[in-house]
Amino acid sequence: MQVPARFEYERASSVPHALALLERYGPESRVIAGGHSLIPMMKLRLARPDVLIDINGLEELSFLGVEDDVLVIGALVRHAQFLADPAVGRYFPIFHDAERVIADPVVRNRGTVGGSLCQADPSEDLSAAFAAVRATAVIQGPGGVREVPIRRFHRGPYETAVEPGELLVRLRVPIRPGAASAYEKVERRAGDWPVAAAGAQLRLDGGVIAEAGIGLTAVGAEHFAAPEAEEYLAGKAPGAEAFAEAGRIAAANCAPRADQRGPAAYKRHLAGELVRRALTRAAGRAAEGTAQGAGDRTGDRRGEG
Amino acid sequence: MQITVTVNGQPYTGDVEPRLLLVHFLRDGLGLTGTHWGCDTSNCGACVVHVDGTPVKSCTALAVMCDGHEVTTVEGLERDGDLDAVQKGFAECHGLQCGFCTPGMMLTARWLLDRDPDPDEARIREAVSGQLCRCTGYENIVRAVRWAARHEAARAGAGTEARAGTGDGAAGGTREGTGP
Repeated sequence: MQVPARFEYERASSVPHALALLERYGPESRVIAGGHSLIPMMKLRLARPDVLIDINGLEELSFLGVEDDVLVIGALVRHAQFLADPAVGRYFPIFHDAERVIADPVVRNRGTVGGSLCQADPSEDLSAAFAAVRATAVIQGPGGVREVPIRRFHRGPYETAVEPGELLVRLRVPIRPGAASAYEKVERRAGDWPVAAAGAQLRLDGGVIAEAGIGLTAVGAEHFAAPEAEEYLAGKAPGAEAFAEAGRIAAANCAPRADQRGPAAYKRHLAGELVRRALTRAAGRAAEGTAQGAGDRTGDRRGEG
Repeated sequence: MQITVTVNGQPYTGDVEPRLLLVHFLRDGLGLTGTHWGCDTSNCGACVVHVDGTPVKSCTALAVMCDGHEVTTVEGLERDGDLDAVQKGFAECHGLQCGFCTPGMMLTARWLLDRDPDPDEARIREAVSGQLCRCTGYENIVRAVRWAARHEAARAGAGTEARAGTGDGAAGGTREGTGP
């Protein structure tokens, strides 16, 4: 039987209350939301907090919606809520692509967007998706609220910019007119962590790529991003050749490691191929008029690739 | 720590350790052994129960997190001595072999039918994709859920044509590559 070690339990009734509890109990306390990473880690003694601070009751962190051309995602938004939201699918199909292949529907009922990002697992899909769309993390602490670009949020495996005493409260993603996005993942079986995955967002202007965002999952890419490939694409015409070259550049600049999911060379191959596919799909969506702000179609499709 | 959890409509108050998992609270504390305790790692789905109407893997939830909430276990599917349509479907269509995954499968199926009364095979397979049948009896599980959907549609139609005669769904259904 796997049971966590003993701990004390506190239920936060508001964000200030959660922050007060974090301050009172110090670095040996941990915030729990969905608990689908933390509880298994506690069972295995990979984590052994003295105190758990339950934030599940903080409805102010469950907000999901568009405010002034920014998609705002509360840290406590469940994966299932994120996946079911039509505005998310319309403006950022990359998130729905990714959510469909994160764990399974029952786990998605419980797990949260903020928890996924704070867990900072190198194989976590949303981290790369948020990196691709250049989100901003909003962190609240005793001193107030501060904003951190998502590409500075993850400092390494299981390590984030959220300091002791602080709480990730929401993510902000700017809606860019003319942008379209996609996420592509290869997994060993339904609901598994990726062998490798890639997300892409393209903003086209006058027939050329004004800005590209590329996220990489599980291949040792710093901050889950592929800046060299993004720079290459800027100003290029979208097309098979440019996308393949961007994939080659992304693959050359990541650092996958062999594990039970596959050898490094295979993962590197996947990184390049999945970047190419994600860019191709994003460009297809842009052409179909599913780009941000261009209409109501979500471009939802299943089982591709 | 004292908690009050409403289980199958009945409130239970008790003192629990914060580290007590919901699955053990139900099985050992309340004697509701219909909730099965399987992999302990949120992979197999044998322990699925509803918390406030939503399926949750109870091996990965703390009992204290359910304080003030409503839990439904497989024992709560039956109403006034009448089995739920999903339970009847599993009986009619041989939806279980060893029965270990069955409570979780039925609770997820109930949730699916509450949201989508006429799911196709792909949708059923997607809904239970986080649940493992160690007998690999997925074909009959899908048939059982389809049976329940037809049964409920027929009952809702109450004498109208409804869709009672639309065939089994599973037999000639299409397969999706992402099945469990």
